[in-house]
Amino acid sequence: MDPVTFDLSAAPLRELNAELHAPTSARYEVLNPKGAHAIAAGVRNPIDVQVRGHAGYYCAGMNDGGEITVHGNVGTGVAENMMSGAVRVRGDASQSAGATAHGGLLVIEGSASMRCGISMKGIDIVVGGDIGPMSAFMAQAGRLVVCGDAGDDLGDSIYEARIYVRGKVGSLGADCVEKPVRYEHRAELAELLAAAGLEHDPGEFRRFGSARRLYHFAVHNTY
Amino acid sequence: MCGIVGLHLRDPQLYPRLGRLLESMLCQVVERGPDSAGVAVYGDRRRCPEGHAAVSVLDSPADLTARLPNALVTPAGDTTVVAAPMGVEALVDTVLAAAPEVRVVGSGTDLTVYKGTGHPRALAATYDLANAQGWQGLAHTRMATESAVTPEGCHPFSVGPDQCLVHNGSFANHATIRRDLQRDGVLFDSENDSEVGARFVASRLAQGDDLDKALRLLCERFDGFYTLLVTSADGFAVVRDAIACKPAIIAETTAWVAMASEFRALAELPGIEDARIYEPEPERVYAWTR
Repeated sequence: MDPVTFDLSAAPLRELNAELHAPTSARYEVLNPKGAHAIAAGVRNPIDVQVRGHAGYYCAGMNDGGEITVHGNVGTGVAENMMSGAVRVRGDASQSAGATAHGGLLVIEGSASMRCGISMKGIDIVVGGDIGPMSAFMAQAGRLVVCGDAGDDLGDSIYEARIYVRGKVGSLGADCVEKPVRYEHRAELAELLAAAGLEHDPGEFRRFGSARRLYHFAVHNTY
Repeated sequence: MCGIVGLHLRDPQLYPRLGRLLESMLCQVVERGPDSAGVAVYGDRRRCPEGHAAVSVLDSPADLTARLPNALVTPAGDTTVVAAPMGVEALVDTVLAAAPEVRVVGSGTDLTVYKGTGHPRALAATYDLANAQGWQGLAHTRMATESAVTPEGCHPFSVGPDQCLVHNGSFANHATIRRDLQRDGVLFDSENDSEVGARFVASRLAQGDDLDKALRLLCERFDGFYTLLVTSADGFAVVRDAIACKPAIIAETTAWVAMASEFRALAELPGIEDARIYEPEPERVYAWTR
């Protein structure tokens, strides 16, 4: 079956999103996105959406089951608060990619900017390139895989998410520490890389996570 | 929020299209700041002829043309542009002598500045932006946070010859730096925090710094949130604060360099599909010279 095509230079974005919220097809193609905001936000069905071009803020936000691919770059907050499904960005992502997301897989084939995975709550994020500073800030659950370098203050105030970085790390944020990569970690990395379609040796990655020093009341924090 | 756009043309064949391109960029950031809009254009010889200086003023009296019979006086909403074949300082003095009630909001030999309150789309028509020509331009749509919605509080801030600054964000320590600059004899036109940034950059440029150095010093002195686009007689520069709170995106081709708050403002530029597109890193100065 051919996909239903929406040309955003001709049809309004609200019309596209209304259709995606009550889909009459399993496959959609979005043309001329030109950086419009909230493309394919709020998808709740296992539909396939191909966005041909660059998307703006909050693309694929709150995705719950959709398979959404952007053949270009995305703006702030791609896949923010995703619940399930998959979002793939063929280009680069701006700030706060996958912020507060509870589930699903976000793949960014290029690089992600600052605060990637901020407050992630169960999402898996795989970045083919680099990530910017303050990524995985207050990350609570899920996995963040970075095939390139990470910026400063990685994993600041992290809870239980796991971070894997293949390249350099600028600096670690408060309470984030390097941890040994054991067999089960290499296995989960191999699985995530395969799901993302990226070929790297899991043995090349380092693992980071919480030292759990911020979990407990400390008397020196009182006044 | 505020919206910033700027375009620095490398290919002279695009000079006649500067205004049209800048207008399309401006209209894509209207939602970021619908209360006012300002524009600066470099190299429009219809507005600032060769061998002339141009001065942009607010609060212009109705009879300014009669008071300045030898000048080219062009009203455009809240702003009036006065051009005449003399030096910049001489023209500023001439305008102020003829109409002491005006406020000077821009001056240079290559630059015309327009500021005003209202809907940015309507203001672009008021400024006749679509017909502007030149080699560089920038525009700002304002969502006022630090001072009132007035033409004075509107960006760009042009406080040195052929210089302009547009800002998205807010400076936390602007009052302290304002007092320091005032102690050094610097005068201010508005209560706007962004004017403090512009005065700081102008004072550094007047002391011989280039844009790159002036903006690196700004990063050392200013606290708060800022994405800044600063232009000079031959330059175009972008800088963001240490945590890069406010958005910015840069696109470059062999024909132009463009900067905007959001990608959608760049989407209509010719050749965008082959441009190198990236986000500026925190506290790194990106500067281009003509």
